[in-house]
Formats: sequence, C-alpha cells, structure tokens
Amino acid sequence: MTDKNDNNGTSSVMQAADNSPLLQVSDLRTYFFTREGTVKAVDGVSFTVRKGEVRGIVGESGCGKSMTAMSILRLIDKPGRIVSGEVLFKGQNLRKMSRREMTAIRGKHISVIFQEPRSSLNPVFKVGNQLVEVLRIHKGGKRKAQREEAVELLREVGIPDPGRRISNYPHEMSGGMAQRVMIAMGMACAPDLLIADEPTTALDVTIQAQVLDLIRQLRDDHRMAVILITHDMGIVAEMADIVTVMYAGASVEEAETEALFENPLHPYTQGLIASIPVMGEVKERLDVIPGTVPDLIDMPPGCRFAPRCRARVEHGLTQCEIEEPHMIEAEPGHSVRCWLYEGEKTS
Amino acid sequence: MTDTENLLEVRGLKVYFDIKGGILKRTVGVVQAVDGIDLDIKHGEILGLVGESGCGKTTAGRAILRLLEPTAGVVRYNGQNIYEVRHAEMKPYRARMQIVFQDPYSSLDPRSKVGDIVGEGLRVHGVTDRNERQQRVLEALRMVGLQEHHMRRFPHEFSGGQRQRIGIARALVLNPKFIVCDEPVSALDVSIQSQVLNLLKDLQQSLNLTLLFIAHDMSVVEHLCNRVAVMYLGKIVEVAEREELFSNPQHPYTQALMSAIPVANPKIKKDRIILQGDPPSPLNPPPGCRFHTRCLEAVDICSQEEPELIDLGNNHLCACHLRQPDTVS
Repeated sequence: MTDKNDNNGTSSVMQAADNSPLLQVSDLRTYFFTREGTVKAVDGVSFTVRKGEVRGIVGESGCGKSMTAMSILRLIDKPGRIVSGEVLFKGQNLRKMSRREMTAIRGKHISVIFQEPRSSLNPVFKVGNQLVEVLRIHKGGKRKAQREEAVELLREVGIPDPGRRISNYPHEMSGGMAQRVMIAMGMACAPDLLIADEPTTALDVTIQAQVLDLIRQLRDDHRMAVILITHDMGIVAEMADIVTVMYAGASVEEAETEALFENPLHPYTQGLIASIPVMGEVKERLDVIPGTVPDLIDMPPGCRFAPRCRARVEHGLTQCEIEEPHMIEAEPGHSVRCWLYEGEKTS
Repeated sequence: MTDTENLLEVRGLKVYFDIKGGILKRTVGVVQAVDGIDLDIKHGEILGLVGESGCGKTTAGRAILRLLEPTAGVVRYNGQNIYEVRHAEMKPYRARMQIVFQDPYSSLDPRSKVGDIVGEGLRVHGVTDRNERQQRVLEALRMVGLQEHHMRRFPHEFSGGQRQRIGIARALVLNPKFIVCDEPVSALDVSIQSQVLNLLKDLQQSLNLTLLFIAHDMSVVEHLCNRVAVMYLGKIVEVAEREELFSNPQHPYTQALMSAIPVANPKIKKDRIILQGDPPSPLNPPPGCRFHTRCLEAVDICSQEEPELIDLGNNHLCACHLRQPDTVS
C-alpha cells in the first residue's frame, strides 16, 4: 500500500494550501423540471469540508441530502439541472469543468458510496474485476499488479480471505461484505474526499457498527475528508465533527456536533432531536413534529418549516410565512436559518 | 373461551422452509427460520421481539397468527391451540388476532379506496349492513387520527405516516385483542415515527390491546415495550422485563446489540463491542450455541452443546452456557 500513499498528494495536480477548505459548496440549487412543476430538490445549500474532517448532512427523506451529493459530483440526470451555485474543490469550480476533467475527479479525488451496496455493484462481474476496473481507469499499470492491489484493498477494508473473495460475485456476499467492497472501490485511489450516502442504512446494527468503525479508521489513516449523509441522528452524533441539518431542500442549521446536540437552535432540529427515542432515557411520550414535510413542487412561501413550527406560534412571529429567513451566524460557528434569531439581530 | 394468565403461549415453535432445486425440484436444503421458540404473551402487555434481519422474528410473528403453518410446535390463544382449529373455524381467531405490516406502501391495495381497505375485514367477517360497516370504518379511522373524507381517497394520496395509520385502522376495525406489529415504524422518517409510536401506545392503553412488537431498533423497543425478547438465528436468546433487560443485559449477543446502537448524544463515548463477521446462514446454522461463531466470550462447550433458555431469577431468561443463576451478580 506504500505506493498508494506516495501517490496521495504528490501526483495530484490540484494542490491546495492545508488550511483552505477542501470543498466549498455555496448556494447550490438543483431543480428538476417535470411536467407537474419544478421540484426544488436542492434549494440553497452551503457548506465547506476541510481535510480529514467528517461533515454530517442529516435530514429526513426528500430533504435533498442525496441530491446535494449527486450535484457535487455532477451526477444529475434530466429532467434535473444544477441551476445555480458554486462547488469549489481545491479551489477549482467543478461546475465549470469539462466532462473529461470531471471523470478524472470522480473516483480518483472524490469517491462515493451508496446506500444499497448490492444494487450499486454490477451483478454480472466478479467483485475483483470491478475493483480492477477502477484501478485501470485511474491508475493504469500492469494487470497482475492491479489484481494484487485489489486483494490488498479488500484486506484493508477487513474482508477475510480476500484472495478467494476477489472471485466472488456480488450475490455471493452479505450486505456488510458488499458494502466493504464498495468502500474498497471508493478507497482504491486514496481519494481526498469520500461521500458516504446512507452507507449503513441497509445494514443491521452489528454490521453497521463494523462499517462505521471502518470509515472512521480509514479517515484517520489517510486523513481523508468524509461527507456522511444520513437520517440517523445517532450516527451523526458519533461520527461527524460538524453537521449540516437540511429540511425540504435547504440547510437550516450548521454547527459543530457537540454544539448542535447541546444547544439546537432551529425549531426543526430541536423537534428532530426530541422525537427520537434514546436508549436509557425512557419517556412516557415522545415529542412529535406535527404534520408532514411539504411538497417540493409546492413549497410554502417564506420559511419551509413554518407550517409545522411550534416556535412560530409561541413567539407570534408573522414574518415566517411571508419571507424566507437567511442563514445567519447566531452564535460563533453556529448558523441557523430562522426568523427567531434573525429578528433578534436586526431589531 | 376462558381467560388464562397468558393471552398467548408459544411452545416449541419451529418453522422450516424447504429449498427446492434442480430439475426434479428436490429439497436441497432447509432454512430453519424459527427453530424452537417458547414465548408467553401476557394480557395487555407489549412484548418486543428484537433481532437483526434474517433472525426469524417476522416468521415467528406470522406463525403465531397462523398466517404460516409451522413445522412443529403449539400456539395457544386463551388456552386453545390454534393449530388444531380447523381452517373453516379459524375466523373468530382471525378477527381477534390482527397484524400491522412493515411497509405501508406495499401493504395497501393501490386500487382500493381507504374505506374499502379498512372495511374489507368487516365484510369478510359477516358485517353485511353497509351503514354499520361505514360507521365502524369511520370509528377506526378516527381512532388513528384520520377523518371521514379520507375514506374516499386512494392510498397514493397519503404520506407514509398516514398510510401506516390506515394499516393500523385496518387492524383495529374488527376489535382485536392481539395485534402483531411487524416493524411498523421502520419505513418511516424519524419525525413521523414518533407520531406513530405515540399512537400505538395510546391505542394499546385505551383499548387494552396486547401487542407483539417486532423490531430491529432497540431504542424504539425500549420506548414502547413492557417486556422484550431477543432473537438470534431462529432462537430466543434472552427475555426479560424492559428495565431489567436494558439495565442488565446478560446474553453476549444482547450486550453487543445494545452497544452497537449509535447514541444521539456526542458526549457519550461508549466502549463499543464490535462483533466480527456476519450472522451465519439459517440454512446451515452452527452447532451448539448459534452465536458462538461471533461471540467474544465463547469457550469449548459453546460449540458443542446448545444452551437452554433458563431463568436467572427475576424472570430474566437467558440462553448462554456462561450465564447461570449463580454466576449472575
């Protein structure tokens, strides 16, 4: 694995100063233009990822967290389109790159692992061949050496007996094994950034613990940055250094993990944290967030969370249903999109 | 039907599935999905049945309702072994024993209106009067927080949480005593999950229902259940009252399962027990204790002899060679 580490950084054309962010996403918007109307899947998301940092993106289904990841990698298909925003990776705007340049980035500098490991692998090829394909596209070299490297990669992600496993087809593996193979493929070129989109949602808890442990270990060993997309507040709490909470296409709160859980500012985050049953803290009733997530085609004007927001009623805020609040830094390093705090600052 | 102490008693329940293969469709293997479980479900309690995918919890739930015919074993409902009841005479039991399914998207007929979905059971069970049916459907819908106009809508017009409410109304309409809830919230978003959990808890209390709550999420189970049974690879490995189980888990598998759950509190840094490997296949379960291949404490006897579920005191049952009544502190 030594040659891989040497490769890391030196061969990279795109070098960035260590303290500047590795990835900078600003005001990203991805819309889908359907017959029924425009689906604003991602509608105003900004965040940065630094080297070696785990950025959690948390939200419920349909909040746009996966589409944010796909937009970063420019994997949006028609009728979808990235309509505005900037994605700077090591200072270069990924949105302005040619297809060819983008292909060179994907898998080599930024890789992604998806939720359903067995449906992300090609069922008709042996996992070894799929791994070798990644190495062939991005690294070249002799086939025999590639094969050896593939075995080595499988060993690194903790697959027992990798020499034999390399000849398995995806269906011969369990979900946890298949996800390890996906991670091995993602790690093949020692990327600077790994996007993990619900990497453990399809797995059992004991297997989830193994996979999360593996991601953490790889991050530590390679100083790789991770964007961890999940709906599970528990996973965020354990894995992330810094968290973005998304709701209905937009980021609503951003803070370091401890600050977010200790002092959630946005009413949605507060509701989310209060509504999950926590082991060891039995409550007679769980708090609920009333209502459901709004339709992404027919978004309420103003704040998207307003129709479900109790704080709005309690504080008698009228602005919420008229104008959308802005993301403001309510406390040092802790930003929130809510009139409750914006009003405070302006008045 | 006379009342017994336990509403349901499960004894030695086994459900095996044959795997057919080859041109002659001969049996090439047997999946031992549920392999001899004993379980008591008391009147008015919520019993949680937890385990990972493939451990047989759903199969057990279905066999308890006789939606599957077991390979062996007895399920007594109020003292009556339901497997001895002739099929034609099962109807009264079917009305009393209902199920709520996991996936609210695939478990509702997309071409039926909600009123018909919820009312179908009434029709089957001989409520011929249309007005009465409508009245009872309406009652059931109100109980789960839906309204009259929802009766005329189709399932696709509802969100996941609302669909699960329809599924619960469908189960409630026949005034059952016992409901198997098969992962009723695992397909729902967290903010919706808590709404449905609160609803189940309210209904259980107001209607004095007995629930078998099948789940893989330990924290949901802790929130809802009075007693919890843990399953691994077709066997029950531990049963105890909720407080007892969560404060004092005994079986190494239960301990690992609990420690594996991510806690939504960054300040708690747990010493995690990370199990190695995958659960073995139920096609070919290991001899002895089924958990010994992944157990961190396994000794020689574990791979040779199957441990029995014994009472460690306090009605805390555990199936482990290393946990005997005298060894528990």
